[in-house]
Amino acid sequence: MYGFGVIKGMLVTLKNFVLSYFTKERLTTVQYPEERLPEKERFRNFPFLIYDDKPEDLRCVSCDICAKECPPKCITIVRDTDAQGKPLKRPKVFDIDFSICMNCGICEEVCPFDAIFMDHEFELGEYGRFEELNYHKEDLLKSAEYFAQIRPTDAALIEAKRRQKEAKGAHPTSPTPPIPPPSS
Amino acid sequence: MEYELKESPTLDTQALEVSLGPQHPSTHGVFRMNVKLDGETIVQLKPVMGYLHRNHEKLAENMSWLGSMPYTDRLDYICSMTNNFAYALAVEKLAGLEVPERAQYVRVIMAELTRLVNHTLLVGFLLNDLGAFFTPVLYAFREREKILDLFEAVAGSRMMCNYFRFGGVKIDVTDDFIPQVKQIIRRYPKFLDEFETLLSENEILMARCQKVGILPRELAINAGVSGPMLRASGVPYDIRKVDHYSIYDRFPFRVPIGEAGDVYDRYYVRILEMRESIKILEQAVREIPAGPTISPVGLTGAKSPRNFKPPKGDAYGRIEAPKGELGFYVVSDGSAKPYRYHVRAPSFINLTILEDMCLGYKVADAIIILGSIDIVLGEVDR
Amino acid sequence: MISIEEVKRDIENKFPGTVLTVEGTSLVIPRASWRDIASFLKNDPSYALDYLSSVTGVDYKEYFEVVYHFFSVAKKEGPITVKVRTARSEAKIPSVTPIWRSAEFQEREAYDLLGIQFEGHPDLRRILMWEGFQFHPLRKDYVQENQDRPVEQF
Repeated sequence: MYGFGVIKGMLVTLKNFVLSYFTKERLTTVQYPEERLPEKERFRNFPFLIYDDKPEDLRCVSCDICAKECPPKCITIVRDTDAQGKPLKRPKVFDIDFSICMNCGICEEVCPFDAIFMDHEFELGEYGRFEELNYHKEDLLKSAEYFAQIRPTDAALIEAKRRQKEAKGAHPTSPTPPIPPPSS
Repeated sequence: MEYELKESPTLDTQALEVSLGPQHPSTHGVFRMNVKLDGETIVQLKPVMGYLHRNHEKLAENMSWLGSMPYTDRLDYICSMTNNFAYALAVEKLAGLEVPERAQYVRVIMAELTRLVNHTLLVGFLLNDLGAFFTPVLYAFREREKILDLFEAVAGSRMMCNYFRFGGVKIDVTDDFIPQVKQIIRRYPKFLDEFETLLSENEILMARCQKVGILPRELAINAGVSGPMLRASGVPYDIRKVDHYSIYDRFPFRVPIGEAGDVYDRYYVRILEMRESIKILEQAVREIPAGPTISPVGLTGAKSPRNFKPPKGDAYGRIEAPKGELGFYVVSDGSAKPYRYHVRAPSFINLTILEDMCLGYKVADAIIILGSIDIVLGEVDR
Repeated sequence: MISIEEVKRDIENKFPGTVLTVEGTSLVIPRASWRDIASFLKNDPSYALDYLSSVTGVDYKEYFEVVYHFFSVAKKEGPITVKVRTARSEAKIPSVTPIWRSAEFQEREAYDLLGIQFEGHPDLRRILMWEGFQFHPLRKDYVQENQDRPVEQF
């Protein structure tokens, strides 16, 4: 009968409509912001800098590799100097312009000191377009506990690697402690 | 090709020029067609593009070889994994890099999942152009979301994955990746059956799509058309079978061919291709070995991109992307930046015969012919 | 697989007097005889190169070069790369659009972004940049108007 294909199609639509009241798979709407989808561990949004105990001991040594490898060039780094003008292993200025950053994750991949990682936060709306989206060093610092909380497997791997490097550093190449003189 | 304006004996008529302009819900992006109409019939059609031109080829000349990998995601923004694949293949040909076994299997799994993602979206949007306002689109998106969630769990991002590296992939897959792919393989044939019951024998779809926009075989080969559009015109040419790139030789799969070369054949070839992709996925998931996911040379290249310097020369690497033949032509002068980097975009070249296919049909037919070519403006304009 | 040396010998037999060179895996053909050699490559049944895959323009600083990649769908054979060179000051190359239709948009793009003129193209005008744009962006000496800091990587 002519028109049978259309009727079969409408039966499929009716089936989807009725079953969406009973099976969860056919009704996939999530009522955001009251309900949220579960976060994936490797989700990468904007970067953040990591510190170990206090915000002053950040791991970044201002080597400038992430700024040079960043494809759209959104990172600006200025090295810190002490009172005599000698350069220190710390950044004075570390700006990331979030309106340019394209969340590629290359800065995390090339950092040799495990100092910069990709964060999970995405609710970062601002009212301005230029200065408000330019994040400075203080806004970017987050603790290592936060990192272990959002990305447990990666944090465990990084900790193991750092402990291995420290153990190798304390092993044969370090000077042996002096033998105490025999007590007489 | 010219189309003769019919002279009417009683009325004095004139051709009307309309711009199916850049802002239009059915032109799949910012794409413009200047059509000349005689009543409702198309007499001439000139496509105008360039509204999304970002000069991608010049940007790559100022960055390291790896630095343009995130930019290749944004070319055909729906299928980012296959864009990465083509670029990685071209540079590996230039530098002579080997790829380990596990990485090859992961690459093939990602490429075939991307093919499912793309064809599902295309069928949905073709139906949207026909007037079935959004119901097939939402059914298609419901299935696509599961694959995109998988991409997010592995690569970090749903659409701009940046996952492939020269010599392998960036990071190994998660532990529950293979079980989730097996779940997708179980569900997808049932979804395709339901989709076909909804669409393939629908009389409205058949009346509007059959015998519309016919592309003859010889013209298709001469105009450089590639992908499902070429196969729907009856040419048995699939780059996965012809070039034997990566490890596609180990998977037996068939290549669906159409007969008439009209819009209905292009839609149906894509449905059949999805079923073949599921077969490839089944076998790849069974046979994937353990091992490293990037070669040692590739790992040093990924950790310090500024020291990755391929030898002097040029190379052309191409793959069967879901939209057609995606090729990258790269020229190196021995430094850490490309000297010339060119993208052979399938959507751009498939648009060459848009005018020939649309002459003599109505305006509404032009919209669905454009929908069946499957263009994405990120690729057309680069 | 056809080797590039065989192609060179065949063309030199068919068109005596032309001088071809082989660089790497590609064949460099002089500009004056390009149109005839192109029709030979398409119509000769032992090659049957009926599929022109990609046309690319490259700017080496003293000359321009256009690189063509051909495949054969009938015989399912691999790429044959052809390079045609022209001087930078007077950049004209015979167009192959009457022979292979796929070159139509790609030659327009090479004209738009590099400034190479293709003689015999049915409709040579800008395709990606807007009409009235003065410069050719992919040339090596093109400087953007509002570039405020140098774009060097390292």
